[in-house]
Amino acid sequence: MPISDTLKFLIDLLAVLLLALGIKGLSKVRSARDANRLAAMAMILAVIAVLIDSLGDLSISMDSWIWIIIGSLVGGLLGTFTAKKVAMTAMPETVALFNGCGGMSSLLVALAYAFAPNLLTDTSVGLNNIFIGQVSIVVSVFVGSITFTGSIVAMAKLQGWLSTPSLMQSKIRHVINIGLSVLSLIGISSFIASGGDSGLWLLVVSSALLGIGVTLPIGGADMPVVISLLNSYSGVAAAAAGFVVGSQLLIVAGAMVGAAGLILTQVMCKGMNRSLLSVLFGGAIASGQLSGSKDSGEYVNITSCSVEECALTLEAAERVVIVPGYGLAVAQAQHTLREVTRALEGSGIDVTYAIHPVAGRMPGHMNVLLAEADVPYEQLKEMDVINPDFPATDVVLVLGANDVVNPQAKNDPTSPLYGMPVLDVQEARTVFVVKRGMSAGYSGIKNDLFELQNTSMLFGDAKKVLGDLLVELKELGISGRN
Amino acid sequence: MSFFWVLLLGSLLGLELIGKVPPTLHTPLMSGANAISGITMLAALTLIIKAGSIGNTFLLVLGSFSLGFALFNVVGGFLVTDRMLAMFSRKNTRK
Repeated sequence: MPISDTLKFLIDLLAVLLLALGIKGLSKVRSARDANRLAAMAMILAVIAVLIDSLGDLSISMDSWIWIIIGSLVGGLLGTFTAKKVAMTAMPETVALFNGCGGMSSLLVALAYAFAPNLLTDTSVGLNNIFIGQVSIVVSVFVGSITFTGSIVAMAKLQGWLSTPSLMQSKIRHVINIGLSVLSLIGISSFIASGGDSGLWLLVVSSALLGIGVTLPIGGADMPVVISLLNSYSGVAAAAAGFVVGSQLLIVAGAMVGAAGLILTQVMCKGMNRSLLSVLFGGAIASGQLSGSKDSGEYVNITSCSVEECALTLEAAERVVIVPGYGLAVAQAQHTLREVTRALEGSGIDVTYAIHPVAGRMPGHMNVLLAEADVPYEQLKEMDVINPDFPATDVVLVLGANDVVNPQAKNDPTSPLYGMPVLDVQEARTVFVVKRGMSAGYSGIKNDLFELQNTSMLFGDAKKVLGDLLVELKELGISGRN
Repeated sequence: MSFFWVLLLGSLLGLELIGKVPPTLHTPLMSGANAISGITMLAALTLIIKAGSIGNTFLLVLGSFSLGFALFNVVGGFLVTDRMLAMFSRKNTRK
């Protein structure tokens, strides 16, 4: 074993260790930031190992250096720019975009090895088997292109660039997707049997379309689950690419991300009370279909009130709980909210935030947004912690949240929401719900909370309502500066 | 066949690593794991080096694209994760 091989082996080992510690550390608040840096360091080490190894047995040609530098500069700079500029509220689509590009990378590598099989035979590190090489290529191409197109569609839908065509909402979509899967299988078998390019192209096109076909029907609020799943896929694609080029490190890292992504997807589904299968194949739940005919979404006894009344009630309160949701994130109102709560705190009112596990646009997203707006970490209370406190709460301010505060989930066994963990805001003395209109939440289910006696609706965009509220509070002499 | 052992053990490790994650960290964790999946840049690198040694320009360009996509994922992913996590830690140190 030449020295360069040993050195590469040791560096690889260290990189795997750091990656594992990185993923582990990312799951604890205290260590998360260091863990992220650890993982980044592991990647740098891994690159160095590849370069050392290549310098050992074949020197790297000038051409290679040039293309390495071009690729790194373009990708690295664009990545840096995107990461620095993107708004925190746009995080789900950003992750989707990054993820899609990872899938694309695996796809391109696999294609290159398919076009030039002589590169494959060179991969003698325990992988002399052409059959395994071809299977790896096929897996990498299949998963890679699904990841790419799926992620791009997910991003476009979250950005609002794309809506679901009616064809993809009907049952026909299952026929289309099954058809595309069959075409992919034909492509796979033809490529493995004959090694021909036509089979490969069939596979590329049909799996890319399949990625679109599967992602398009999924509703916006379910999208985070899909992104998490696609993230897991890109790990699988990376592991397959590891088989293609014969890199153990790539296989370990890809497998770790694939498995961890799967767990995370499962956790998210649980928080939303949906099964992964229903997210993937059910599409959005149609309103009225599941809840029977009795609640077809018509509201009676809605009390709406003015911002002024809300300000007066808040002024008299001692304990206020804020329930931020998807609507707050969409309206980018977290900074205005922070000003309102500063004003309230300034006049001695106790303010806490009730964070539902899936609040925001994806799990944990609300915590990021509130942290961005300078909300002290200790004021964020998780659902299980805050629920017993609602009876002793004077005012609850629900901002753009809907299903996560629906009492049906506890009281009505016939409701599709039944069993989903919710915040018991109706226990509080007064509830204000800030909402753009009477439209249903993403589940399409009527919210009984809105009809309760102690609930008042404040219609309007969360940011505007909060801005008005701030003005009213100031007129009442409540402002953070006192 | 050692590659399959690596695959198996890597998957098991991934399943074990994320046991209890507080919901606060779901988003950063997802974006961090996403950055790691860009490790496929190693494959792109290997491809470029090999393509250079046989002097195939088409493969060089393909590899360069692949490397660019992967690095976009890696660099962007780690930086954006750091940006999110910085917001949490800033709060902790100020107290």
